[in-house]
Amino acid sequence: MDDLYRDYILDHYKRPRNFGELDPHDMEALEHNPLCGDELGVHIRVKDGRIEDLRFHGHGCAISQASASIASEELVGMPLDRVAELDADWAIELLGIPVSATRRKCALLGLKVVKGAVTGDNSWPVGSE
Amino acid sequence: MTASVTKRATGADTPRAGQGGHPDWALHVRGDFPIFSRELDGKPLIYLDSGATSQKPAVVIDAISSYLSEHNANVHRGVYTLAQESDAAYDGARKKVAGFLGADAKTTIFTKNVTEAINLVAYAWGRANVGRGDAVLTTQLEHHANIVPWQQLCRERGAQLRYLEVDERGEVPLDRLDRELARGDVKLAAFTHVSNVLGTILPVAEMTARVRAAGAISLVDGAQAVPHMPVDLGSLGADFYAWTGHKTLGPTGIGVLHGRAEILDRMEPFLTGGDMIASVDFDGASWNELPFKFEAGTPPIAEAVGLGAAVDYLSTLGMQRVRTHERELTGYLLERLREVPGLRFVGPPEPENRGGLVSFTIEGMHAHDIAELADRGGVCIRAGHHCAQPLMRCLGVSATARASVGVYNERGDVDALIDALQAGRRIFELP
Repeated sequence: MDDLYRDYILDHYKRPRNFGELDPHDMEALEHNPLCGDELGVHIRVKDGRIEDLRFHGHGCAISQASASIASEELVGMPLDRVAELDADWAIELLGIPVSATRRKCALLGLKVVKGAVTGDNSWPVGSE
Repeated sequence: MTASVTKRATGADTPRAGQGGHPDWALHVRGDFPIFSRELDGKPLIYLDSGATSQKPAVVIDAISSYLSEHNANVHRGVYTLAQESDAAYDGARKKVAGFLGADAKTTIFTKNVTEAINLVAYAWGRANVGRGDAVLTTQLEHHANIVPWQQLCRERGAQLRYLEVDERGEVPLDRLDRELARGDVKLAAFTHVSNVLGTILPVAEMTARVRAAGAISLVDGAQAVPHMPVDLGSLGADFYAWTGHKTLGPTGIGVLHGRAEILDRMEPFLTGGDMIASVDFDGASWNELPFKFEAGTPPIAEAVGLGAAVDYLSTLGMQRVRTHERELTGYLLERLREVPGLRFVGPPEPENRGGLVSFTIEGMHAHDIAELADRGGVCIRAGHHCAQPLMRCLGVSATARASVGVYNERGDVDALIDALQAGRRIFELP
């Protein structure tokens, strides 16, 4: 079996969970991956300080799409202050595959757009993150 | 004819399985390039990304090494032996580089790359000659290097930037150029010689003639042309022509701008400082003669020497033979890519009208994944927007994979790419 393109990665790529539009929504953000021109957006509905529901939209490679899809299953129901604290390791560990330096941006795009929507700060990740 | 001019034998030019003998158009020069003795995970290196940068023959590596180990000194300053040798090496490289395109050494300016060459024209010519009510014309095919400098110029000067539309074949019809020029406001038209995304070869001579007849100046981005086909500046008729060393078997850090003498003479300098002056006092300075007026500071000397060796090497091969080799190889690449289910390529369908590169998508597989899976087979190809985002939007894709050939590629490399793509399709369980 391929190290990177494991069955569950390809499954999430071909059948991404929580993809589409969510209207009305309380928070949104859109990010571009400058490496390839891919884009990923998110709509988030909030209730009692938690993510009540969330939908990604856009297009990208298997790694960025699978990473967003897998993360979406964890993010629904998560308190917003916990989302703000999530780091790169969280997304990489959740993805569960060895990610090269060049594909790291792909793997973090989903969390980046969600953190941007929740905190209003689109500068994450910076430096060594 | 044997094209091998290397001092080192790497033994890497062994025919590959599936190559089916040597066709008579093939160059067989892989052994001149030391990098191909490298293996990746036990597989031979297969390099199909010459559109991004070329690999370097031993003669170029040795020329740089020998210059730095035996002659190194600054140029245009010293009277000692090393300084004179460096002057001779640098000026000699300029003569070779100019001669390669049939240009005059005096109007051949060394820059850092094509981007800097275009910025030189956009600043030094554009700021003095483009104003409110004027237009700059370019095409939808361009690399960001031939878009952004004109956007900045037009924004600053209140001028309009217009784009010639690309047709469904990926070509720029001449009647569209005629219509734009007929509006009477175009001061400068900047276009690529060969598209880095579609591979389209533009009819440069016809275009520059029309631009000149309309009283405008032409600039041609030759980054994807000079390394791959005979380029004769006299017959192309461009007022400015830019290309780069690292795609032409030379080192990074050196580009070339050829300009028409009467235009260069009237221009103010771009960058100012050392080496570009005739004399300086506390109140001002006067400018050095061409081409030095446009080369401020210590130039890329070792890089120029390396580029001189690269054009010597290419001249030995013969640029018409290089073009034939790459055209035949591109034809084979197009033919074999057609075997891959779900693969769609963009750009002119015939190899005659395109340079040695092919951009493509595969249904159900993102370009980055295509490139990653090609790498599993030791095959280097590019994926992404190729620094041409506006064109990609026109094509309705965010990213494509791109395979591009060079003198060192063989049919076996194409076979290896196809094998890797087919293996990738199996991993992705595509129908």
